[in-house]
Amino acid sequence: MKKHSFLGYRRPNGTVGARNHVAIIPVDDLSNAACEGVAGLVGGTLPLPHPYGRLQFGADLELFFRTMIGTGSNPNIAAAVVIGIEPNWTEKIASGIAKTGKPVESFSIERSGDLKTIERAARAAKSLVHKASEMQREPVELSDAIISMKCGESDTTSGLASNPTCGRVTERLVEEGSTMLFGETSELTGGEQFVAERMKTPELKKKFTDIFNGYAEFINEQEADLFGSQPTQGNIRGGLTTIEEKAMGNIQKIGRAKVDGVLYPAEAPSGKGLFFMDTSSAAAEAVTLFAAGGSIAHLFPTGQGNIIGNPVIPVIKLSANPLTVSTMSEHIDVSVEKILTLEQTLDQAADALMDMLLKTLSGRLTSAEVLRHREFVLTKLFRSA
Amino acid sequence: MKPQFLVHDSKDNVGVAVTDIKAGEKLSGSCLENGKELTLEAKDAIPLGHKVALSAFKKDDNVTKYGIAIGHATQSIAAGQHVHVHNLKSNRWQ
Repeated sequence: MKKHSFLGYRRPNGTVGARNHVAIIPVDDLSNAACEGVAGLVGGTLPLPHPYGRLQFGADLELFFRTMIGTGSNPNIAAAVVIGIEPNWTEKIASGIAKTGKPVESFSIERSGDLKTIERAARAAKSLVHKASEMQREPVELSDAIISMKCGESDTTSGLASNPTCGRVTERLVEEGSTMLFGETSELTGGEQFVAERMKTPELKKKFTDIFNGYAEFINEQEADLFGSQPTQGNIRGGLTTIEEKAMGNIQKIGRAKVDGVLYPAEAPSGKGLFFMDTSSAAAEAVTLFAAGGSIAHLFPTGQGNIIGNPVIPVIKLSANPLTVSTMSEHIDVSVEKILTLEQTLDQAADALMDMLLKTLSGRLTSAEVLRHREFVLTKLFRSA
Repeated sequence: MKPQFLVHDSKDNVGVAVTDIKAGEKLSGSCLENGKELTLEAKDAIPLGHKVALSAFKKDDNVTKYGIAIGHATQSIAAGQHVHVHNLKSNRWQ
């Protein structure tokens, strides 16, 4: 087995990153303006505005903190500036991120106002950008990386070609000792028994089954027909008819690999191997949760052409649909359409995807990065108080 | 020759068009599981990515893809016809 390496950033806690962002992180919706103010003044910073962080409670608040701390802790972030309306929750997020050993500065707006806060935070951010820009990429092992995967706007070409290509790459990376994340709880419906069978222990199988059944009960409680929403209108246009068909296409992404762990949303994996994370099947929500769990790059097979990106991690798009590849070429990083005409084998397509993954980890910008797709979307479990 | 449709599994009774197919076209296909060559006459126009019936279905017959039931026929379907939301429904979320 070949061991791969790439040029990445080694972080103080030993993790490896593929990007070197200085993130400006708002604790709450009220602090977006100050964060964007700082990012507007200081080049080389990445603001992460979002609509939540006020009056959340219980499991929803826990998920919020896990997502914000996880995002700031992501190895693609060199340093972080955290800004909140009041000091308590601001410190909670800043100190959570600081456990990684990376530089973190925090500011709260009450008793200062936006303008003074922006000035102080901008001075801190400027200093952090100088430090981050002195850091050099160095050769690191691919086995130290966490890579996530999720498909979107799938069609039947996803199940025939782009997802199985991802599956081959998953098999190779897991064998090499890397960590892979997959999720999309709702989209496993009809294929959940096959995923359950891949769990390495009975305990994992029970944890997975409990998460899946909990989701199924939630759908039943809504007394809603998910058809048209799951499968989506785009899926249906592309020829997918039922959720079982969509699920069977979806699970091709894990290839023949066994599952080493089951994670709650935004939870970081405890070891190496293939991990299932309980996520929504909505692309931006799922990729945001994977990034909060430590993923440093994402593999995104698409059929009809989902154009999602993420601010923190590069999203690599692959597609086998010739119509999508030709009409939306600026969004597709790897075309595997020749699998459909039997002119390319899955292993050849996996070679091409591995090559693009290694280039991307070493600094090549993806289509989504170049086109400034920065969808940072928090998952909310229920209404705020 | 390039196939016009692909079949995932030898147990499947639907294939997937990998090019836009016209009604009346004589089609050649390939099974990905065993490499077997298949032929079929299209009864309907079938857009790229959409499913074509490989055999005849009675109402309520299971439709099999990836070797498993992905739903059931809501009406009778002839071999070569388009299979989609108008004649196939999920067995889940009923």
